[in-house]
Amino acid sequence: MNDSLDPRVNRLLLNQDSNKPIVVEEGENWNVYEVFHQEKRGAHHEHVGCVHAPDATMALVFAKEQYARRKKCVNIWVVRSTDILAFNLEDEDMFANNLEKTYRDASGFKVMEKINKFKAQSK
Amino acid sequence: MYGGGFIYEEPNRQPREEQQQQELLMDDPEKLAAFEARISRGEKIEPGDWMPADYRKQLIRLIEQHAHSEIIGALPEGTWITRAPGFRRKLALIAKVQDEVGHGQLLYNAAETLGKSREAMINDLLSGKSKYSNVFNYPATTWADVTVIGFLIDAAAIVNQVANAKGSYGPYCRALERICYEESFHLKQGHDAFIELATGTPAQKAMLQDALNRWWPPIMHFFGPPDKASAHTEKLMQWKVKMASNDDMRNQFLDQYVPKIWELGLTLPDPLLRKNADTGRWEYTDPDWNEFYEVIKGNGPCNQERLNVRKWAEEHGRWIRKALMQPATADLQELPLA
Repeated sequence: MNDSLDPRVNRLLLNQDSNKPIVVEEGENWNVYEVFHQEKRGAHHEHVGCVHAPDATMALVFAKEQYARRKKCVNIWVVRSTDILAFNLEDEDMFANNLEKTYRDASGFKVMEKINKFKAQSK
Repeated sequence: MYGGGFIYEEPNRQPREEQQQQELLMDDPEKLAAFEARISRGEKIEPGDWMPADYRKQLIRLIEQHAHSEIIGALPEGTWITRAPGFRRKLALIAKVQDEVGHGQLLYNAAETLGKSREAMINDLLSGKSKYSNVFNYPATTWADVTVIGFLIDAAAIVNQVANAKGSYGPYCRALERICYEESFHLKQGHDAFIELATGTPAQKAMLQDALNRWWPPIMHFFGPPDKASAHTEKLMQWKVKMASNDDMRNQFLDQYVPKIWELGLTLPDPLLRKNADTGRWEYTDPDWNEFYEVIKGNGPCNQERLNVRKWAEEHGRWIRKALMQPATADLQELPLA
């Protein structure tokens, strides 16, 4: 009988094998899946974190437990983390010029200037 | 819940191939300077980035201890689920315990990105090598204890977590965002139950006052010893692993919560506790740090029970984990998802 305040703990047979300390083996804690959560129908799925699970079905169940306990949610995706392909962190600079590409942006075209100039000339 | 920023010393890492190479580069002053510049610019460090070996080591300990604290912290509270007064309080306590276990999962995930496997972390917890917040080595003897834990210890944890959420390591910050949001419910739930007793019958008030008196010393220990006792602090703060000193966080906690305790007509068992009007800092009797170290070493009232229960759970859950790993399991029965 354990000397605990918790009656459930007292019903457990604790520390039976103190000579054999329990050791968790590598791989006992499964594979990693990334979780994407959809707040309402029609919205994008947003990455919210990851879960550990033995397979995809259990990953979905665990994702529901972990990421859909509260707030609005209509669906969840899980994807094996190793299936996600991404660029290397060092290659971040390939995006460095994005803000300078005015030819890709509405602000790069001075339409009003041209119209006003035309109207001024035809007066 | 959490263990206030005091990082207990005990290494057990199995660095992967690439990390070992990274460590060889540790003495590279150029990389270190670039790394420190990024941090001072407020940029986040992500798992694939180069980082000093010491940064990695300290972060692993910090996050791992936080994760263990969440799981172990659920134990004194889980005890009271079947005896919480009323259906609504039982529901709320179950929800809170579920949140805590979820937080543990989120934090193990974050710590794993630094290269220590979950299996190694659990083994270190069970062997006693890895520590968790001292405050959970004390027993919750009455329902009033649960309200004190739910209100004041969650409050202390929030002070810590809100500070750390602005730290430099990306995965930890993202985990803390979700955790801070959920903790706000825990705090409200704790405060609500606390007020119920404080404004109740004389017997309820007395039970609460007694619980407060017993828990005050561990609460004062929560943020760890004064920083002058620790050599690491300066470096950790420069690297934004530690975001505020133990004393500063303790002071912030006292400033926010002691008035809330006093306004309900409750007292605290420290005659020296007061806010100095000139300095704006709180003064208090210096906590007994010897007791603190004794409890960390394993000599607290509940250390053995906590680890034994965790061991039991690990052992008795093993067959389920192994069964789920068998491919044949999936063929036997369609798993109902919802």
